Order: sequence, then C-alpha cells, then structure tokens
Amino acid sequence: MSEPVRTIKLKPPLNDSDVSSLQIGDKVLIDGAIYTARDAAHKRLFELIETKKDLPFSLKGEVIYYVGPTPPRPGRPIGAAGPTTSYRMDPYTPRLVELGLKATIGKGPRASAVIDAMKKFKAIYLVAIGGTGALLGRQVVKSELIAFEDLGTEAIRRLTVRDFPAIVANDVAGRDIFKEAVAKYATE
Amino acid sequence: MRIIRFEDIAEQTKRMCMEATYNLSDSMVKKFQSAQQAETSPLGKEVLQQLIDNSRIAREENYPICQDTGDAVFFVEIGQDVHVEGGSLVDAINKGVANGYREGYLRFSIVADPLRRKNTGDNTPAMVTLWLVPGDKLKLSFLAKGGGCENMSAFKMLTPADGVKGVKEFVVSTIKNAGGNPCPPVFVGVGLGGTFDQCCMLAKKALLREIGEKHPDPFYAQLEAELLSEINKLGIGPMGLGGRTTAVEVHIETLPCHITSLPVAVNMDCHAHRQKTVVL
Repeated sequence: MSEPVRTIKLKPPLNDSDVSSLQIGDKVLIDGAIYTARDAAHKRLFELIETKKDLPFSLKGEVIYYVGPTPPRPGRPIGAAGPTTSYRMDPYTPRLVELGLKATIGKGPRASAVIDAMKKFKAIYLVAIGGTGALLGRQVVKSELIAFEDLGTEAIRRLTVRDFPAIVANDVAGRDIFKEAVAKYATE
Repeated sequence: MRIIRFEDIAEQTKRMCMEATYNLSDSMVKKFQSAQQAETSPLGKEVLQQLIDNSRIAREENYPICQDTGDAVFFVEIGQDVHVEGGSLVDAINKGVANGYREGYLRFSIVADPLRRKNTGDNTPAMVTLWLVPGDKLKLSFLAKGGGCENMSAFKMLTPADGVKGVKEFVVSTIKNAGGNPCPPVFVGVGLGGTFDQCCMLAKKALLREIGEKHPDPFYAQLEAELLSEINKLGIGPMGLGGRTTAVEVHIETLPCHITSLPVAVNMDCHAHRQKTVVL
C-alpha cells in the first residue's frame, strides 16, 4: 500500500489502462456517470443475462455502485447515498466483470472468486466509506431512472457524480487491501 | 391511572425517527475524535475524519447520516398504571414510524415477507419489544438499526465449562469474521444467559445503553473493557481498511440461565449509531 495516500481522477467509462494504473490504497475521485444496482437489481440483471435478453445499460467500461439511497428532498437529485455491503453481490460479480464491467463500488471485502475474475478480466473494486451517506450524497449532481422502477430504492439509476471519493480495495494484480492492511495493524 | 394519548405517542415516535437519523449524538462524534488521535493507520485516520465530516454535513445540510435508515427498533417500558387512549400502543408507534420515515425522506427498508420480499412502503412494522413495569411512565428507546451490521450477528450455546474464556473467544471471533462488513468502528452488544430467544434480545438491548455507561456490576464492567481491548488488537480498523479502532464500545447484558447452558449472542451496531430515548 502506498503511503501517503495518492489521489487519482477517474472518468468513466474506463478502459484496461485506466484500471491497470491503480493499486490498492490509492484514493480516487470519480467524475461522470456510474450506475446503481444492489441485491434485487442484480437478481434481475442475471435473469436477463441467462435468458439472453438486452440489459438496461451496456456493462462495457462501466462502474456499478452498490447503493440504495434515501428519497431526495425537493430540489435535490438524491438523498443520503453511501455504499451497501458488497459480499451480497459476490455471486453475480464475476459474470458481470466478464461482460466488461470495469469497476464496482461498495463496502467490505470480496470473495476470492470475485478477486480472481477482476484479475483475469482487468477490473477493480473500490470502497466508499460506509455510513457517510450525507457526504457522498452531496457529490451526486444528477440521478436518472434507468430500469426496474418498481424496486424503489433498489431500482437502477444513472448517477452523475463529481469528485466522488473512493479507495482502491482490489486491483488488477489481485491484491486485497482488507487482507494486507488488517495483517499490518493486528497486534498480539 | 395515567392516560397517555395515542396521538401523542405517534407524534413523539415520528420526531424520534427523524432526529436520530439526521443528528448523530455528540458522544458518538467525540468517540470518533478520540479514536482519530489514537489511530496509527493513515487510512484509518482519514476514514474517521470522513465520519466526523459526514455527521456535520448531515446536520447542517439536512441529509440523513446514512442511507440505510434501518429497522425501526423500539424497546418500550410501559408502566402498569398507564392507559393508552385512542388506540393500541404498537399501532401508535407504527403510525409514528410511517409518518417519520415519509416526512423525513428516510428509506423504506422493510419487506413484508422474508422470502417473497415485497416492500411494505412505509418502513413499518417497527420491531417492538415491550416490558410492563411498575409506575405510570412510558419509556421509548429507539434504534435505527442498519442491515449491514445486523447481518453480522451471531449466537451460540456454549457449555458452562467454556466460561469467560469461551465467551471471549466467541465474541472476538465474531467481530474478526465480520471484518469491514458491519461498518467499523462498531458498537458491540453482547447477551449472556437467559434462554435462546432472550439471549439475542439482550444483545440488542445492550446497544441501547448510553455511550460511556459501564455495566453496573464491576465483574462485567471489567469484562466489557477486556473485550474492547482484545477486539481493538484485531487490526480491522475503520471500515476494515486497517487500524486500531475496530470497536468504540462493548456492552454486556445478562440474565439468569439453566444449569446446562451458557448462551451467548453478539449484535453489532455500525458507527452510525442512531439511538434516542424519550420518557413520556
């Protein structure tokens, strides 16, 4: 892990070289469009993939943010919008990465199958700081409904974000910040 | 006999839901500040700074602290001399929750059925635990309980021979296995004793005790301190990104239990510890 923390701007859609230049511990600031999807939306995306139907957005080069925001107050695009726990999406992520997804944003560690797939297909996993819903919601400048409106907070939305902060937790080299950092600070 | 009106309970409940989810308590913010001083991990320090900033932005700019505005957990002590007029106590709480979550722009996070999973559309029903106590007061304790930390809960029936050592191993390994998932630094609730169902309830009840308030029995106050120290040696740190601040507090609640049993339950609350207590 590099110290002090270095900060890199990231503008989706992303290509192989964008993600390959990042390593665990790097701080990124995202500018541009990212897509929301969590448990229920992933289940539906998978049903579409398995029945070979069109997806509501192309995964190629895109970023998925695991979030279920609070409703916006009048005049705002969104309410509080921090990440949800990522491991619940682990069963779906390897296939999505294979289809071209370049980054996911959530909180907490990923399964080894996800880390292996990200290494193989060149993708990264970013963590936003869980529980900072106000701080992160404020970085969202636009929110458009894309699919599955009936899912309410779990619908797929395209968010336009400015300087949205996150930390690289798994890089294309297959490194894992959770394993390395915890080992570093554990004492006995 | 004292009469408390249904509408007054509903109104109070509504306000509690909105205040707790927008205003993190000063005692929790102070915990972040002192943790930041002691933290040795640069990333850990940065995470704690973001938590401090977030609580300020939430308060000043009117955003909920966290988008997971939770299960509406209520622990309620009702005096046996209280009569609720105009409807049932639980209905009054549910009315307050529905109005609070709607008017407060909070998230509806409850599905009506665990397998068919249709959202109830107003965050009800509240998860209510009731106690009938002496007196003529009504005490409402509210916790906006996030799902991410709730998912990391654990329960085990230990044997009496496992003793303090077994309890410690179970609690510490539960926190270790949870890693960054429950949004550390966490608040750890431990239930000891009772029956299977009571033990899990105790772990949740432990989360409702005020921050900084130790167990009144010095034996358990000591065990709380030892557990906190061991948990903070795990290295998990703020949001699991490494560091010394994995938990801010450990609370234990106990009940008598059967001669064959040593039940232990662990329930965690995330750093967005949104708790409020009101006495009517």
